Amino acid sequence: MVVEINGKSEEIPGSVVLDALNAKHIDPQMVAVELNDTLVERDHLGSTPLKPGDRLEFLFYMGGGR
Amino acid sequence: MEFTDEQITRYSRHILLPEVGGKGQKKIAQARILIVGAGGLGSPAALYLAAAGVGTLGLIDNDVVDLSNLQRQVIHHTSDVGRPKVLSAKEKIQALNPDVTVVQYEDRFMARNALELVRDYSVVIDGVDNFPAKFLINDACYLGGKPLVHGGILRFDGRVFTILPGQSACYRCIFTQPPPPGLVASCQEAGVLGVLAGVIGTIQATEALKLILGIGRPLTDRMLDFDARNMRFREIAVKRNPRCPLCGDHPTVTELIDHEQAICELRSPAATDQGIEPQAGDRAAPHTAGLLEGTT
Ligand SMILES: [Zn+2]
Repeated sequence: MVVEINGKSEEIPGSVVLDALNAKHIDPQMVAVELNDTLVERDHLGSTPLKPGDRLEFLFYMGGGR
Repeated sequence: MEFTDEQITRYSRHILLPEVGGKGQKKIAQARILIVGAGGLGSPAALYLAAAGVGTLGLIDNDVVDLSNLQRQVIHHTSDVGRPKVLSAKEKIQALNPDVTVVQYEDRFMARNALELVRDYSVVIDGVDNFPAKFLINDACYLGGKPLVHGGILRFDGRVFTILPGQSACYRCIFTQPPPPGLVASCQEAGVLGVLAGVIGTIQATEALKLILGIGRPLTDRMLDFDARNMRFREIAVKRNPRCPLCGDHPTVTELIDHEQAICELRSPAATDQGIEPQAGDRAAPHTAGLLEGTT
């Protein structure tokens, strides 16, 4: 289905949020995930359903500063 | 306090702004801002806040200037290589604006001193390069009730985020804990385009001044992510998380702890007893190397 990932429309296979992470080869421990502006708990990534048009935000750790 | 004629001239472009005026400039003169880390983000933030006439700038960093810092840490000059960063920064600030009192701490920001430090200031700026310190700053500002302007840079990307403790989302509302060290797979340099430090550090300084002046709308409950390659700013809405381990309904983080440093530290024998910060000047990027893989 087509969902929006970080502002970009993307075709991803599967039906739950975790499928989108897997499709992008992203380890769930390396990212905070928002579905339609609401944070999805890491434990719930595999049980939170996705539907076409959903907006996903993958927020990566950004640690630098010096 | 009254401004001298010289000060009125120096700050005239502020005073001309109806939202600032003489009254706002006095607020700036009475403000105390703590900058944690006198490096990439800390450099531009300190310079602009000094130019703005911030009364007291606290600087904490225990590092010395390294040649590889100069590509982005613009407060330090070539002749400063090998000198303590807080001393180098203090000299530049005082040369730029003698009105500013600089309090320098040649030390690490750690659980033992964090709360005491933030309590002494009105706003805190995060200019550190590693997750344990970023989480510690977040926790200390929440527990100490101080506004925090968070910043981060990596490669061609940057992020700014303002936190009003107890009122807006904190860093842990989104990132519950530091990334597991095992996942930071390699210690290769990820690198950063130096100017990113200027873009993000000056936005942090802008946020700090807005908070001091009480003007505008702070960058709270939204993360501002900057992508230099596409020259794009993007706002990501975030909100307080009732399950946040720090500011949620059932907090589990109730005191400050020094998180273990990532695996890179362990590979460097000299650095293992150095606590939360990398020992060498430029260990910043490796901790996050790989974490942004797949974002593009
Ligand atoms: Zn929180």
